[in-house]
Amino acid sequence: MGKRHHVVTTINGEATEFLCEPRQSLLEVLRDVLFFTGSKEGCNDGNCGACSVLVDGVLIDSCCMLGVEAEGSEIETIEGMANNGELHPLQQAFLEETGMQCGICTPGFLMSAKALLKQNPQPDEGEIRHWLAGNLCRCTGYDKIVRAVQKAASNMGGGA
Amino acid sequence: MVKVRIPQPLRALTNDDEIAEVSGKNVRQIIDALEQLYPGVKAALLKNGKIRPDIAIMLDNKIAQLGLLEPVSEDAELLFIPAIGGG
Amino acid sequence: MSTKEKKADDLRVVGTRPIRPDGADKVTGRARFGDDIHLSNMLHGKVLRSPHAHARIISIDTSKAEALPGVVAVVTGADFPVIEHEMVSQGEAGLADMRDIADNCMAQDKVLYDGHALAAVAAENPHVADEAVQLIEVEYELLTPLMDVRSSMAEDAPKVHEHSFPGFFIAPTEAHLPNASRVHMSSGDLEAGFAEADHIVEREFTSETYHQGYIESHITTVDWDSNGNLTVWTSTQGQFEIRDNLADVLAIPIGRIKVIPMEVGGAFGGKDRIYLDPVAALLSKKSARPVKMAMRRDEVIRATGPSPGTYIKAKMGIKADGTLVAADLHLAYEAGAYAGGPIFLGVVSSAARYNIPNFQINGFDVIVNKPKTRPYRAPGAPQGLFAMEQIVDELAACVNMDPVDFRIKNLTREGDILLPGFPLAPIDTDLTLNTLKSHPHYTAPLEGPNRGRGMSYAMWFNLGAISSARLAVNPDGTVHLSTASSDMSGTRMTLAMQAAEALGIEVSEISADVSDSQSIGFSMPTVGSRTTYSTGIVVMEAATEVLKQMSERAAMLWEVDVDQISVADGVFSNKSNAEQSISFKELGSKGRDTGGPITVHQTSSPESFIPGVTAHLVDVEVDPETGKVDILRYTAVQDVGKAVHPDYVEGQIQGAAVQGIGLALNEEYFYDKEGHLKNASLLDYRMPTSLDLPMIDAVIVESPNPAHPYGVRGCGEHSIIPPASAIANAIHDAVGIRPDSLPMAPHKICAAIKRKQAASD
Repeated sequence: MGKRHHVVTTINGEATEFLCEPRQSLLEVLRDVLFFTGSKEGCNDGNCGACSVLVDGVLIDSCCMLGVEAEGSEIETIEGMANNGELHPLQQAFLEETGMQCGICTPGFLMSAKALLKQNPQPDEGEIRHWLAGNLCRCTGYDKIVRAVQKAASNMGGGA
Repeated sequence: MVKVRIPQPLRALTNDDEIAEVSGKNVRQIIDALEQLYPGVKAALLKNGKIRPDIAIMLDNKIAQLGLLEPVSEDAELLFIPAIGGG
Repeated sequence: MSTKEKKADDLRVVGTRPIRPDGADKVTGRARFGDDIHLSNMLHGKVLRSPHAHARIISIDTSKAEALPGVVAVVTGADFPVIEHEMVSQGEAGLADMRDIADNCMAQDKVLYDGHALAAVAAENPHVADEAVQLIEVEYELLTPLMDVRSSMAEDAPKVHEHSFPGFFIAPTEAHLPNASRVHMSSGDLEAGFAEADHIVEREFTSETYHQGYIESHITTVDWDSNGNLTVWTSTQGQFEIRDNLADVLAIPIGRIKVIPMEVGGAFGGKDRIYLDPVAALLSKKSARPVKMAMRRDEVIRATGPSPGTYIKAKMGIKADGTLVAADLHLAYEAGAYAGGPIFLGVVSSAARYNIPNFQINGFDVIVNKPKTRPYRAPGAPQGLFAMEQIVDELAACVNMDPVDFRIKNLTREGDILLPGFPLAPIDTDLTLNTLKSHPHYTAPLEGPNRGRGMSYAMWFNLGAISSARLAVNPDGTVHLSTASSDMSGTRMTLAMQAAEALGIEVSEISADVSDSQSIGFSMPTVGSRTTYSTGIVVMEAATEVLKQMSERAAMLWEVDVDQISVADGVFSNKSNAEQSISFKELGSKGRDTGGPITVHQTSSPESFIPGVTAHLVDVEVDPETGKVDILRYTAVQDVGKAVHPDYVEGQIQGAAVQGIGLALNEEYFYDKEGHLKNASLLDYRMPTSLDLPMIDAVIVESPNPAHPYGVRGCGEHSIIPPASAIANAIHDAVGIRPDSLPMAPHKICAAIKRKQAASD
């Protein structure tokens, strides 16, 4: 076992410390050290977006970042998306529009869509599809995911 | 009499007969009756005492679930087809 | 007791769109998929995989791996029990050889494809396991790899396996085909048929290997107890399949194994076969600790069960009035490293759609040095239709017939005898095609250069087969539904909806789970578009029994004979006393007072070969400089019998269509000449993204299936079949070339356009 580093960070608003080896990705830390299993591994090389999280407000694939790089950062994962049990409008829209089937890609899409709507509260269909192109879904064909994002945007006061 | 449609690959054993009429109360008896008429068909249809796993049996256009024990009615039509699956 | 008979338009729950209860856990990340389990004292396993496509294993030296600190156990093929070559029905894609299945999990004497497992390690953490795997030393004797069906079927091809094939569907093994097995079907007189034809088209086609592409890889966690009982937590389509395969491969009694299904992150046919499971089980046995094994993405692509590459030669003829009169198909499909691919399904799906009086199909299941092919959503069909639906299109053009009219002229209809010899079950095949023809897309103007429109028509059969279900009435009068049907698409909800409909209660009163292999009766996996239909029927049979038993309880309460009780819409009434009635919920909560809880377990085996049809229409734009094909507009019409939950049915149609678009335009395995897979990543194995697609207009039509109380037909697979041929036909309409090779990647389209230009210059 390699020597572990002590990392201090904030995850979903809570101060969090952990130990990790330099070779452990942030995804691995989240899932296997901190047991935040909501972020998923689909490819481990930045091609599917199932591990999408926000680090200091920036959308990244957590498989492509090392745990030790998270020192001092503010990390948002799917576990922090609902507010005290109340679903975020995006989560609610995904349920209402059936924006998922098996659900494995859903956390990644939700984080990605959250970042989109923060940056662009009124995206059109083309902008949604372009932004979400880094998240792969194999079940839905994307139709209902796009509609869910459109509905959430509209419910959140934007909408196009 | 039960009408049995002989599948292509077996017709070499049945002098090219496409249809055989035999009696039997279940599939096992039907196959035994076929063997009486056309020696060798039983060995082609069975493996380890059961119907070959790549063969399904249709009785009056419904797949038989009980294999050799499947009851066969008086005027049934029996058809052998490859077993299929899905994904 | 009597129940009111339901007509399709009387349905209360079926046909509505409630939100699935398991959805909340999926949007919050709480749902537990295969990897979301951590057992205390758990080890992590990793596999050593062959870098060669075909080689004899001379020696394996694991000593350095064993010596690495943190490594607890190592296994090789020698640790597996020796089992016989036994042909078993997998219920899925026909038959398989148990010894082949075991050999695929871990090679014994030979490695048969790039990625074939030959040793594994369990260590304290996955990184140490990775390091240890690289310390295992293997000596190989390289052998010639066979990388496509034609080389493998050549007269002088080396024989890959020593044991001979059983021959598919009674056909004896043919000596001149050392690596292939043949299935043959024919009807009529082919020579006479072609003699009658006024137009004949004959073409050759090829296609490449492609993968189901599920986002979640293969993961399994296992643990033994002190009595030698094995528990397996895994994401699977079929917990019973996993259990039975494990029992055979490990040579232990079935009763010792319990398979607990986790949520499945996509499967599409690829997750009802063991890969890591017996390896993990042996590592766990050796180390006396739980072991989790997870495939990385490259392992999934290299070493699981893709869909076959093919070589197809097809010749079809019509009379001047557009009637199909003869067809001769030669279909050679990759089986992969072991026999038993979806060739028969490819054959049946090719033969079933049209009445062709003189028809011959020769199908070949061909060994190649690639991973063993497994079912992928309508296995074998997209490849066969890529050939046939293009030729049909060409023949229709020969007689200036509208493509939809041509299909309608030649359609098989209810009662028509299909090539395998049975009649087409009740279905209104005209409905789907007429719906497509009257859809606004069909006549919408399509202007601009290099733009074209194409259509395609497919038929698929869904399975019935055995399912089990349990309904338990809870002490508060609510209901719990258990089945074994793993839920990838919302089937917990659609089964609960059918139960609610049958019981006459609200769907919100029903909770549903997917049970492990010891807690519910045997069930076939979630495959073959069977679940909503087949498990649905069994659920409703259980519901009927629940109502019967509850009627007996009501009779007891009111002190009358049970034939005085009637039940409708969730209310039980006393026929001889209008004042006496009680709701399902209230009666259910009196269970304890009337004899104990009501729990019904039902197992039965609904009919198979239920037909479903789908017709797709696509507009494309082809860039003549780059060969890139853009999808401008897509319409998919599908007959689903009765849509239990229309959102989920639309989701199946759209999802399948997009997978079909992926295999049509981009997805393929690239192997080099030595048989190394060059694109085992999601970067280079290019699946569709949201940016590649427009909205998919999914149009549901319903011609009821009489084998199901509400008319349900299976719907999950069908829409993957037409896209490749519809797009090919659209490309022809756009730029005048006939694609003969899947995928229709830009460089191929570009080259074909240039050849056409050169030919006309």
